[in-house]
Amino acid sequence: MTEARVAGVGLTHFGSHPDRTGRDLFATAALRALDDAGVPRGDVEELNYGNFMGALAEHQGHQAPLMAEAAGLDCPATRYEEACASAGVAVREAVRTVRAGDADVVLAGGMERMTNLPTDEVTEALAIAADDLFEVRAGVTFPGAYALMASAYFDAYGGSRRDLAHVASKNHENALPNEYAQYRREVSVEDALSAPPVAEPLHLYDACPITDGASALVIVSEEYAETHDVDAPVAVTGTGQGTDRMALADRDHLARTPAADDAAAAAYADAGVEAADVDVAEVHDCFTIAEVLAVESLGFFAPGEGIRAARDGVTTADGDLPVNLSGGLKAKGHPVGATGGSQIAELTRLLRGDHPNSEHVADAEVGVAHNAGGTVASAVVHVLEVAE
Amino acid sequence: MTDRSAGDEVRADGGESRPGNAGHDEWLDALADGDGYALVCPDGHGSLPPRRVCPDCGSTALSREPLPETGTVETFSVVHVPSPEFADDAPYVSAIAEFGPVRLTGVLRGVEPELDAVAVGRSVGAGVEERATDGKPLVVFRPVADDA
Repeated sequence: MTEARVAGVGLTHFGSHPDRTGRDLFATAALRALDDAGVPRGDVEELNYGNFMGALAEHQGHQAPLMAEAAGLDCPATRYEEACASAGVAVREAVRTVRAGDADVVLAGGMERMTNLPTDEVTEALAIAADDLFEVRAGVTFPGAYALMASAYFDAYGGSRRDLAHVASKNHENALPNEYAQYRREVSVEDALSAPPVAEPLHLYDACPITDGASALVIVSEEYAETHDVDAPVAVTGTGQGTDRMALADRDHLARTPAADDAAAAAYADAGVEAADVDVAEVHDCFTIAEVLAVESLGFFAPGEGIRAARDGVTTADGDLPVNLSGGLKAKGHPVGATGGSQIAELTRLLRGDHPNSEHVADAEVGVAHNAGGTVASAVVHVLEVAE
Repeated sequence: MTDRSAGDEVRADGGESRPGNAGHDEWLDALADGDGYALVCPDGHGSLPPRRVCPDCGSTALSREPLPETGTVETFSVVHVPSPEFADDAPYVSAIAEFGPVRLTGVLRGVEPELDAVAVGRSVGAGVEERATDGKPLVVFRPVADDA
């Protein structure tokens, strides 16, 4: 089996671009990724494209051919949709395609356009990631679902809003030097605690923003990189995916994310690494509580112990295991269908040493990306390692 | 008795109005009439309709079991930023409550929409009431006196 390498990464600025079309956003990211890789677009054999709510936001279905055209690609193109894990599965399938020898070069990523809709319509659109009959019609919003998980966590293990506020503050601080981040401003723990409620116990700064943006990665085989003299020092050595019951109420545990447990176990086994080997992680912190659940599923902390990780300084930039040095979804932004690709782009930059926060992980060799859909009915985990 | 939603001929709306969601619609009607039920397989796994197989074990021998009259709140949230369909309902308490073999998701009424007014473990009954915003049916929990 050939090894899959990340030859190039491309991102748009994550933020508010209400007048920019989805096709323009994705083309920007794709061209940047191809330029970063030094791979001619004619060598791209497949496009794996993630998008969640384009049918609602842009009245645009069947987006993959549109995005191939926008990026100047002439190859089979497929859209992947797994809610907020859409780009994660798009990347996973690119890795599997390259490893299987079915293609040497796959462009994978995603795009989401959100700020052109009013907030209540975005809230409604995001809610379709939940079970329509038993959750959405019963009043569950996207923040509300994570609030239900936060309450369940507090009840099962303890913890407080202040612990969560430390997650928000940490990720905002990490975003300060990131040129792609939506919010490059400090948010103190006290700011987070005093923000208005969205779905209690979660308040405004527990939630990621509404974001437009796109991500793209050029995934190549090790042989392609060698024969074409492409610099691709980071390998995707592990990929794993997990699926759980759709509705939160049907899960075995309301304060755990078994789909992410499964995805992490599979990715670690695939890579031949353990949780203790991981030096840096980008995790799906759509809400502060989601980062807590993620670091527990990834095996960095036992259930009930992840809540203190940011507050105790373990996952801060200077901690033993920095989490979300990009700023995370929380501060960098969350264009949902692009996020899974963005996480791997950021992790690649961190491991290559060309990220503005690379200094915090100068010796890092193993990174993990954790991307989740809905209330983690879907989860994708990737292990990245410095290969050269 | 085998769940009637297993029959392709079931039409929840009687063919008179917009297509409904067969299985789910009659479950909601039953809950509204005080006859709420879960689908239960021989191994005791509970689920909600429409179902053709038990999602836990794959059994197709699903029977209707009445829900207990009283359930227990397992988690809750006070929602301040609603979707448009709940604009006039907010703030409201969103909750998940265990009723025997299943958990239900609904809105907890009869308490102030404040975190301190609710607690995990609270005993509730379940029924169907109208959404304040548009009058559509909504699974609603209301507190009941705890068994002394």
